[in-house]
Amino acid sequence: PLKHNSELFTLTYGALVTQLCKDYENDEEVNKQLDKMGYNIGVRLIEDFLARSSVGRCHDFRETADVIAKVAFKMYLGITPSVTNWSPAGDEFSLILESNPLVDFVELPDNHSNLVYSSLLCGVLRGALEMVQMAVDVRFAQDTLRGDNVTEIRMKFIKRIEENLPVGDE
Amino acid sequence: MADDALFEFLHMEIVAHVYKEQATREDIDKERVTCVSTLELMGFRVGQGLIERFTKDCPTFKEDLDIMKFLCKDLWSTIFRKQIDNLRTNHQGTYVLQDNKFALLTQFSTGKQYLEEAPKYLAFSCGLIRGALSNLGLESVVTAEVSLMPSCKFQVVIQKL
Repeated sequence: PLKHNSELFTLTYGALVTQLCKDYENDEEVNKQLDKMGYNIGVRLIEDFLARSSVGRCHDFRETADVIAKVAFKMYLGITPSVTNWSPAGDEFSLILESNPLVDFVELPDNHSNLVYSSLLCGVLRGALEMVQMAVDVRFAQDTLRGDNVTEIRMKFIKRIEENLPVGDE
Repeated sequence: MADDALFEFLHMEIVAHVYKEQATREDIDKERVTCVSTLELMGFRVGQGLIERFTKDCPTFKEDLDIMKFLCKDLWSTIFRKQIDNLRTNHQGTYVLQDNKFALLTQFSTGKQYLEEAPKYLAFSCGLIRGALSNLGLESVVTAEVSLMPSCKFQVVIQKL
């Protein structure tokens, strides 16, 4: 009867967002907190990912994009976003999610129009990639919760992180 | 379908966040109570939500004990991939659910090392149980106790109104 576990994560995430909306005065602050928490999760999740998938080192950003979409998203969220909209320089791309598991049954209340509900995901991706020496910028370009047809995550490669620099804890 | 690990990581981060937030605001004793109740309340909402998502094949229960068994077998397997290892009751409304390898405690080394930290990681699950039971028609008070990680006991006391 109960779909194994998919609801648990979604419901828990929803409870978290609800709590943060209570704790913080404005949506931007909630987005920031979600992103920060996502980052903290990402820096640990990468180890779990590397241990369980058999992917080796990615040679370029295109390979990274494929691994994120086809292996990581599939493993953790059971979906495979498509990779599109590459910048000419090859340093920026979009992940298009037809469906976003985090937002099942979620509706944004009227007074939270600036809330980027799935901000946790941006932080997770950023934190995970930082652990493999890539500094990236991640943001939502489209969001079905805010009326768009699809959910689009835009990822931009900033720079390679030198391995001997200590990584700050947020 | 979200992976187990995702929930476990999220749960850990939520606990860390709640305690970090409170530490910047209140004094120690008040901090401890508020954090636990915040986590418990979150778990409560999730527990209710899990039962709500049930399809129409929601079974009907004859007695409280049937509900408790459902919780220990079906619900626990769905959430934590295993059943409760031991259910005891005094047949007067108190139930003790024992999980010998509780999923949210396995990240800690076994034994007594992090015993003090354990309650933080059980609050959400206590709420989860209370929320699920509430939507199944039973009001309760749920507490947890750990003496040896990763084994723990949840005590459920049914409130008769």
